[in-house]
Amino acid sequence: MKLTGKAWIFGDGISTDHIAPGRLFHLRSNLPELAKHVLEDARAEFPEKVEKGDFVVGGKNFGQGSSREHAPTIIKLAGVNAVLAKSFARIFFRNAINVGLPVVIMDTDTIKEHDELEVDLSGGIVRNITQGTETSIPPLPDVMQKILADGGLASHVQKHGKLDLGS
Amino acid sequence: MVNVDLAYVQDGTGPLAVRQFRKMGFTQAHNPKRKILFLDHASPSPRRELSNDHMLLREFAKETGVQISDVGNGICHVVVLESYLSPGEVAVGADSHSCTGGSLCAFTTGMGSTDVAVAFALGKTWMRCPETFKIRVEGELPKAVYSKDLMLHIIGTIGADGATYKALELCGSTVDGLSMDARITMSNIAVESGAKAGLIAPDDTTRAFLREHGREEHYVALRPDADAEYERVIEIDASKLVPTLSCPHFVDNTRTIDEIERINVNQVFIGTCTNGHMEDLRIAASILKGKHVAPGTRLLVTPASRSLYLKAMEEGLLSIFAEAGGLVTSPGCGACVGVHAGVLGDGEVCVATQNRNFQGRMGNPKGNIYLGSPALAAATAIEGRIADPRDYV
Repeated sequence: MKLTGKAWIFGDGISTDHIAPGRLFHLRSNLPELAKHVLEDARAEFPEKVEKGDFVVGGKNFGQGSSREHAPTIIKLAGVNAVLAKSFARIFFRNAINVGLPVVIMDTDTIKEHDELEVDLSGGIVRNITQGTETSIPPLPDVMQKILADGGLASHVQKHGKLDLGS
Repeated sequence: MVNVDLAYVQDGTGPLAVRQFRKMGFTQAHNPKRKILFLDHASPSPRRELSNDHMLLREFAKETGVQISDVGNGICHVVVLESYLSPGEVAVGADSHSCTGGSLCAFTTGMGSTDVAVAFALGKTWMRCPETFKIRVEGELPKAVYSKDLMLHIIGTIGADGATYKALELCGSTVDGLSMDARITMSNIAVESGAKAGLIAPDDTTRAFLREHGREEHYVALRPDADAEYERVIEIDASKLVPTLSCPHFVDNTRTIDEIERINVNQVFIGTCTNGHMEDLRIAASILKGKHVAPGTRLLVTPASRSLYLKAMEEGLLSIFAEAGGLVTSPGCGACVGVHAGVLGDGEVCVATQNRNFQGRMGNPKGNIYLGSPALAAATAIEGRIADPRDYV
């Protein structure tokens, strides 16, 4: 599956407080409403301007902080196709897979704001269409690929009736 | 795949876990006595949306028989240590600071709502066994330097992503000599280096804690194998440490008290799963006794659990805080998460004994949060600006 969209550049250390701010804690049971504020403390214009299919591009340690699953969930609800970053915080990375939001680890230094990108998850390649470059990306661990292929952890369990992740 | 001995959620992550549990078609919890819902982040609730979330959790407890720890009972990680967890267990919590359980040498880690919902239903999860960093601390901590300073120093050294996916093994003669409260502080902060767990081997101190809480028979002697392999070994000389702070807006943005400008502080917050324990409250009270909070500075003190609140009351600590001009608030996460009970104003500065100072954490992206020990916080409350606890202890 190939995902295409434009890149939105964020810096290093984007935290779960940037993604799903603490002052909006009371919106956690109203995710569509919370999604209207996604990443607004990092880039105020982002929630309004992001378009379906766009990519969030971060630097190091994207998603650091809280275990709030609401963070990757609202990024997905805002229409973002995938998050690309040089590295991810552990809980965020796992949660993203669990909610069916693809996460790609790669050197994002050369990606510029609004570059048109094509992310080919099964082929293992990210193409920067604007710049005419290509980067190969490492495959996810098998367990995570299985969960993502089923559309996330809840869908996986609904489908199989249990955790069916192999040995 | 691994069996989960204990699973818990809090009121920020629980409602989503309940919804996912139901969405996945589960109706029954696996071993409901070992599944707990904690109402601690919004304790008591400041808004109807959160009150409704609380109602959802109470209803789920009624339906499934899982345990519920209602508002005022205390912070999830603290109550888990007081009442549930034992060495050698595997536990998952829907809160990143679940690593606190490592202070009892239980492999406890933070996960998202859906993962924990699966653990609630099946009593299992999938996990990769992490590599370990050994952090060996030797030497005596100087006066007015505590496990909080030690841990902030460690985070500042490794970096916020320096131990991503690793287990930290905290050991050495300094750690051996720490009280349980001081160890809790250390394991609690492990996640701020990206670590999956922060483990301290059990010993007599652990045994005494379990005895105090009626679980001595659950003591297990666990030690690393003599030939255990570590990905990295970090040696620290505790005698060289000084009071240390994390500066806005990252935990690994550390400075020592000597390196930092002694700026004015609007709010001091003493509490949280990190430093809201008896030892912390006693140190703070000993500094504040007979003194007064500086004009223009607010002091909030939040014991981490009901049992700690009662003990602090018995020992006369709460009177000391109130007489000094502080506010004593009910057990829970309090001002830490920015939900209520101490939200910062634009441009305000807060010194807190919590574990995280991200921009916006305490409810206002225009606030500035410094992290420090309870002694540093108490000294700061008196001076109205960042202060050196060595002048007070």
